[in-house]
Amino acid sequence: MGIAAVAAVSVATAVIGFYGLRISRTTGDFYVASRTVPPWWNASAIGGEYLSAASFLGVAGLILLSGTDALWYPVGYTAGYLMLLLFVAAPLRRSGAYTIPDFTEARLDSRAVRRVTSLAVVVVGWLYIVPQLHGAALTIRTTTGLPSWAGSTAVVVVVCLTVVAGGMRSITFVQAFQFWLKLTALAVPLIFILLVLAEDGAPALPAVATNPGGANPASPYQSISLLVALLFGTLGLPHVLVRFYTNPDGQSARRTTLIVLGLLSVFYLFPTAYGLAGRLFAPDLARAGQADALVLLLPGRLVGGPAGELLSALVVAGAFAAFLSTTSGLVVSLAGVISQDVLGGSVRGFRVAALVSITVPLGLALMTDSLALAGSVGLVFAFTASTICPVLLLGIWWRGLTDAGAIAGMVTGGLLCGGAMVAGTVLGVAGTPPWLAQPAAWTVPAAFTVMVLTSRATSSRMPRTITRVMTRLHTPERPLVTER
Amino acid sequence: MTVITVRRGGAGIPVVALFRSANGVAVAPNGTRYAGSMPDSPLYSVAAVAVIALAVAVVVAVGLKVLRSFRELGTDAERATYNTLHAASKAGRHLRTGLNPAGAAKASRQLRGLLGCDALAILDVSGVLAWDGTAEELRPGLMALAADVLSSGRTQVFNAADLQLHFPKSGSVAAAVVAPVRSGARVVGAVAAFAPQAGAGLVRATTEVADWVAAQVELAELDASRTLLMEAEVRALRAQISPHFIYNSLNAIASFINTDPARARELVVEFADFTRYSFRRHGDFTTLAEELRCIDRYLLLERARFGERVQVSLRIAPEVLSTVIPFLSLQPLVENAVRHGLEAKEGPGHITISANDSGAFAEVTIEDDGVGMDPVQLQSMLAGHVDGEHVGLRNVDARLRQVYGDDHGLVIETAPGEGTLITMRVPKSQPDHDA
Repeated sequence: MGIAAVAAVSVATAVIGFYGLRISRTTGDFYVASRTVPPWWNASAIGGEYLSAASFLGVAGLILLSGTDALWYPVGYTAGYLMLLLFVAAPLRRSGAYTIPDFTEARLDSRAVRRVTSLAVVVVGWLYIVPQLHGAALTIRTTTGLPSWAGSTAVVVVVCLTVVAGGMRSITFVQAFQFWLKLTALAVPLIFILLVLAEDGAPALPAVATNPGGANPASPYQSISLLVALLFGTLGLPHVLVRFYTNPDGQSARRTTLIVLGLLSVFYLFPTAYGLAGRLFAPDLARAGQADALVLLLPGRLVGGPAGELLSALVVAGAFAAFLSTTSGLVVSLAGVISQDVLGGSVRGFRVAALVSITVPLGLALMTDSLALAGSVGLVFAFTASTICPVLLLGIWWRGLTDAGAIAGMVTGGLLCGGAMVAGTVLGVAGTPPWLAQPAAWTVPAAFTVMVLTSRATSSRMPRTITRVMTRLHTPERPLVTER
Repeated sequence: MTVITVRRGGAGIPVVALFRSANGVAVAPNGTRYAGSMPDSPLYSVAAVAVIALAVAVVVAVGLKVLRSFRELGTDAERATYNTLHAASKAGRHLRTGLNPAGAAKASRQLRGLLGCDALAILDVSGVLAWDGTAEELRPGLMALAADVLSSGRTQVFNAADLQLHFPKSGSVAAAVVAPVRSGARVVGAVAAFAPQAGAGLVRATTEVADWVAAQVELAELDASRTLLMEAEVRALRAQISPHFIYNSLNAIASFINTDPARARELVVEFADFTRYSFRRHGDFTTLAEELRCIDRYLLLERARFGERVQVSLRIAPEVLSTVIPFLSLQPLVENAVRHGLEAKEGPGHITISANDSGAFAEVTIEDDGVGMDPVQLQSMLAGHVDGEHVGLRNVDARLRQVYGDDHGLVIETAPGEGTLITMRVPKSQPDHDA
């Protein structure tokens, strides 16, 4: 049943990818053909691309492991969009730059900054794809008993086929569909679970005071650091930012972000509910080290029978949709950056770049094993927050930023945060002090400080184009004329 | 204890060395001691492999650079030639935008190295653009010193006494050479070199450098005039659409005035909107959505003339609607399809316009099933050898190449009787272009 669900989603994604072009409107009517994507659709597409393995599987698993402390993850994942709405969405849309390296190059008038930003974007993308592949491995292992590599490889093959074969072009509607698929895949089984529980009249167990896996409650420092990472990290995610260009202007970019906030808030109710149900009815999963598989196993356990199997298959389908959509979104934006900066921007270069941008994370994923999906994605957010976020925020809101400052800040943030990540892996979960396990609280301010101080010291290097660029970023553009 | 040294390697690559502390435990830069027994994590081995690979790569790269510096650089004379040419080409790049403060500042550093003088200044007729080197306190007085050179256009040498006159405290700088930068017959600026003494060598070299700067400035002016030419061509294109089209449209509208006054009125409004768009004065760029609206109006007017003979289907990916494209770059292609593809054909003709999202590019194609073109003739027309009917195509092709580079010209697939497929690939990211 599990294999059938995975196969169905993979085939559906590939087919929609290949024939996605047909979905773009075929009509002789100019008025209909040149209607832009409404904010609703685009918001769903952003949700579809954003909700990754960490959200679909990881959040419930972390709530099972560490209770209310883990609630900061969904809160942070969602609230990051508030930051995006307030500080980045509209100016970035107006900049006319399509990728983050394009933006920094245009803003700071420097090829060197572009190269450093590209490097940061590629590293972030790779690090972000790895947990998706881990999630796929876990899903396949848990539901079908096949070896781990089968899941990762399946995702890679499907994404490669669709992206390299030139599919995934009219991607907005596909991604929007994926969001609603994921939401359904979590919501329907949960409703059944609640119905079954209500029917059985199962006595609600008393809330467990200690965490089932024996995890210690988080200190205020850890929670704050995590929130900093998630709030600022969302600002720099390459695959999310690209989506905003589908909006015709800055204003609809803002409206889209607002809707995304609503959609994500609704979505995260469900993993939270799964986590809570897991704490009450399946605490043994935490002890067996299978916390991330909670969402996959819970329907089968609590509902049982053929109905339970069907519901499990639905969850598996949703999970695979999550891996595929996030991975393909990342691969498309990474391939764009790599092909433009290294391979000269040809169609063939794009395909080669797409292959490169997925095989490297596949190698990493096969060599490593993730313990907590939400946690490893949280670290990627910390890395983004320490590298790309400062250059975006200061670039948009501070005239004084210089190319030297931007590079110094990004390098500092990247080295500190990357160093903390490597040190954390070397020392192991038990041996890592909290300030190394959650580095964002000090690496993000450090990156900002270095960026500001270096820019101050090199203020003679301020680009000559600054006034024109800033005007473009912050003044409303002419509305896109599509009405007749 | 921790010792980290960063020194400049021979090739300008920082060499970082990590030393072991006395008891043999590896010490990280931040002072954290790595425990003797490592947890057996796979990610750790990945990290270790990556670090080792990186280290090997760095060592090999440095080794190659060092080897090459011994082997390939040749005799002293060859190296001197290389250094001079290298500095000149580097400086030339900065001067390609003409005489302005930012370019001059970067170029003056290279030029000072070339002349081996204490200080070098570049000025235009209105002020000092850049100063590199010592004695910057002399900067305010330089314009007065160079006034003669700028008006006469002849190189002047100032010895210690002359300088004392202008600058009472000229310090170590005892001599100056000011050479004019001439573009055509005009003097557009000057190069000033300051040194302890001005020998004949410095005077000759400074004059040569000034001439070289003048050549770069002239190249920049050439670039500017090429841009102006392109702009003039766009204006010409705007004027070109009109005569045939205006005449035909007005005739078509006239035929409706008695039979269908409402339609005639509608067409006149469309006609007014179309001319307003194509005659607009501001901006060289527009969005795909706006250009499509212009095409819509154009086709409405053509359909008034041809009736149902012109059929259109559109396949537009909404993601690329806001892509910035050169103003009036699609409409001429559609007009070409109608005028040269369908007009000559018997029976109904079909035009397909599609726009796709393709990675970092937007791909727009215009296809008709009309009479097609002769590829050889089309090629020589696009290359500008012969004047043909398809002037609009050539103009669009040239503008696309100029704005986005030679890889982004039109791709035209056609044969006599086989219809025409025109493809245009435009980068989605254009922060420098305002729609």
